[in-house]
Amino acid sequence: MTTLTEPGSAQRIERGLLGRVVDRLGGGVVQVLLVLVAVFWLVPTLGLLVVSLRGEVENNASGWWTLFTKPAQVTFENYGNLLAAGFSSSFWNTVFITVPATLLVIGIAAMAAYAFAWIEFPGRDAVFLVVVALLVVPVQIALIPIAKMYGFLGIFGSIAAVVLFHVAFGLPFAIFLLRNFFAGIPRELLEAARMDGAQEWRIFATVVFPLAKPAIASLGIFQFLWVWNDLLVSLVFADTENQPMTKALQSQMRQFGTNVDILAPGAFLSLIIPLVLFFAFQRYFVQGMLAGSVK
Amino acid sequence: MTERLNGPQAPGDDIPAAGATSGPIETRSAPAPATRVDSSTPHRLGPSPRMAVFFLLPAVLLLGAWVVYPIIYSIFRSLFDSTGDRFVGLGNYGSIFTDSATLTTIRNNVIWVVVAPLIVTVLGLIFAVLTERIRWATAFKLILFMPMAVSLLAAGVIFRLVYEQDPDKGVANAVITAVHDTFSSSAGYPGARPRENDQAPAAVQGGAVVTKQQVQAGQPVLIPLVGLSPDVVKDAAPAKAAPAGGVSGTVWLDVVRGGGGTLNQIDPQEKGLAGITVEAVAGGAVKGTAETTADGSFHFAGLPAGSYVVRLPQSNFQAPFNGITWLGPGLITPAIIGAYIWVWAGFAMVLIAAGLSAIPRDALEAARIDGATEWQVFRRITVPLLTPVLLVVFVTMIINVLKVFDLVFIIAPGSVQPQANVIALEMWRVSFGGGGNQGMGSALAIFLLVLVLPFMIFNIRRFRRDER
Repeated sequence: MTTLTEPGSAQRIERGLLGRVVDRLGGGVVQVLLVLVAVFWLVPTLGLLVVSLRGEVENNASGWWTLFTKPAQVTFENYGNLLAAGFSSSFWNTVFITVPATLLVIGIAAMAAYAFAWIEFPGRDAVFLVVVALLVVPVQIALIPIAKMYGFLGIFGSIAAVVLFHVAFGLPFAIFLLRNFFAGIPRELLEAARMDGAQEWRIFATVVFPLAKPAIASLGIFQFLWVWNDLLVSLVFADTENQPMTKALQSQMRQFGTNVDILAPGAFLSLIIPLVLFFAFQRYFVQGMLAGSVK
Repeated sequence: MTERLNGPQAPGDDIPAAGATSGPIETRSAPAPATRVDSSTPHRLGPSPRMAVFFLLPAVLLLGAWVVYPIIYSIFRSLFDSTGDRFVGLGNYGSIFTDSATLTTIRNNVIWVVVAPLIVTVLGLIFAVLTERIRWATAFKLILFMPMAVSLLAAGVIFRLVYEQDPDKGVANAVITAVHDTFSSSAGYPGARPRENDQAPAAVQGGAVVTKQQVQAGQPVLIPLVGLSPDVVKDAAPAKAAPAGGVSGTVWLDVVRGGGGTLNQIDPQEKGLAGITVEAVAGGAVKGTAETTADGSFHFAGLPAGSYVVRLPQSNFQAPFNGITWLGPGLITPAIIGAYIWVWAGFAMVLIAAGLSAIPRDALEAARIDGATEWQVFRRITVPLLTPVLLVVFVTMIINVLKVFDLVFIIAPGSVQPQANVIALEMWRVSFGGGGNQGMGSALAIFLLVLVLPFMIFNIRRFRRDER
């Protein structure tokens, strides 16, 4: 790559004065345009934050943007009320659903991906194509049958019910991502370990798994966000006492106008952890997305 | 598949250089050595296929019971009625295409599929190309990409706030009314009118307020109005009589809070009505126009002597422009698509930008040296080279749009949900959200699966090509 860019930059200098003037002017327009786009993308979220920081009376009386001329409006009253109303239990439900669903997917998918990448077995390619096919299956297809199955097993409404559903539907993407990564690990490493007589399980745990940390990080952040942000699955399978934040907030949507003082801080609380994770691990997030842009 | 397995490459010479350190994207586009293993190679060490069963078992169990079995179950279930007791054949599928409610969902899904993926892909392409020219590209990408991390529920709440009808609450209408008001002044005193009695100096005539008497220069005219709450003008300046000279006068709210004051006379507590358009009319034609000042007075400059009727045209009394009803039945789907674009444009941009960075720079530079304009370079070189990435983004968006659920569910208020409905939402509604018809729900789920099927095949073919 570096060798390709060098002649390019040399030729750039040779371009005429006119070309550079046009570039400069065009560059200015592009700057302004992109600043506008960025503002356009930021304002909605900013609005949510500001609304969550203003009292009910102020929100009904004037637009949230007046906060910038009257900063005294800021109050954490909404957040206090939200926690007093028991919102924290749905926060913990979200955590109790998301963390196991993420860890289980990583573990189970890593094992399967190892088999697909490094163990010869008949029909391997065909089975893997099934996994690729399952990537795009809509969750709607499983709502009714799994609800029935959960009823039969007696776990309908529980956190386990939600977790298992997320694990199953997270697997195709997870296996796909990890298998492609595992397949790129140099063969010599595995061959050497096998020569030394290491058990397959040991190779998986001590050679492949540690090497695959970047891919596992990508998968982990992806699965975490997917489960954390889910509404539909918990809407169907979680009881009120086990409901995550998304479902708790959804139940307040019917009276949007009067419930804004609950919905705005609730929505903001629900997005703050994904946002922090996203900024901390955005490199892995982007890598995972590039590798598996099919879901 | 077989020709690939018996390919000419010797195993081992196609190992990617940095499999462990590079991201998965590089490894995927690189040939994957594992599938090229020639199973007949005799010296190969390896575990028995039984090991594979052990490693695959948990995944296969979960995928089998939670994903594959439900597909089969749903196909059968969709052939039965709501309780599951009576076989109805393809009856449920028939109702999908005859019931007006489900036909609306199909129409909406068609709008979604035609509009949203195209806009997202085009915006992603534009942003990806333009960010190459700025220094703060990383910051820009993060800002646009951020909505991807936010739940669709939160995005829905965010856009419910954006789309609030009241321009004092919803930022969309606040901006639109602000722009509108800069280009057309609308003082807007809806409901203001003269008193309806003989003493009142003005009367309503075809929506406008017109003086009953002819007005002469040098005799300020009084136009008292009522019908407004004093609260509306509580911040306005007190009304003042216009100085004599030329045709002039005062428009004011002839109401004193708590009563009192003299009718048709300007009392000190009474407020002027600012910004009202006033016309001087003679012989049915408008001879001059003026606007009331803060104290409600007006003065026609340069009006020839004569006698006129003073008229306050109807436009003064119309309700001010109040923005767009985003969440009404008419605009609900475009409004939700707007929110969807906000969520997904960053995804398209990042993917396309990655494709863009893989384009050899010398191809672009060579074209520029040959005198190609930036547009020609973009149109003839960049876009064709990006076609595979654009296709992936486009197809990913179509699959995603077919399943759109949360945004519609959250943004569309209950009363307009029937107009905004989509297949995925209708599937939930009919089976869980009060519908209680699992036969129909299964049919809708299978319908959704069938719609996704072509893209499933696209993915498989793309995967097999990449592996080759």
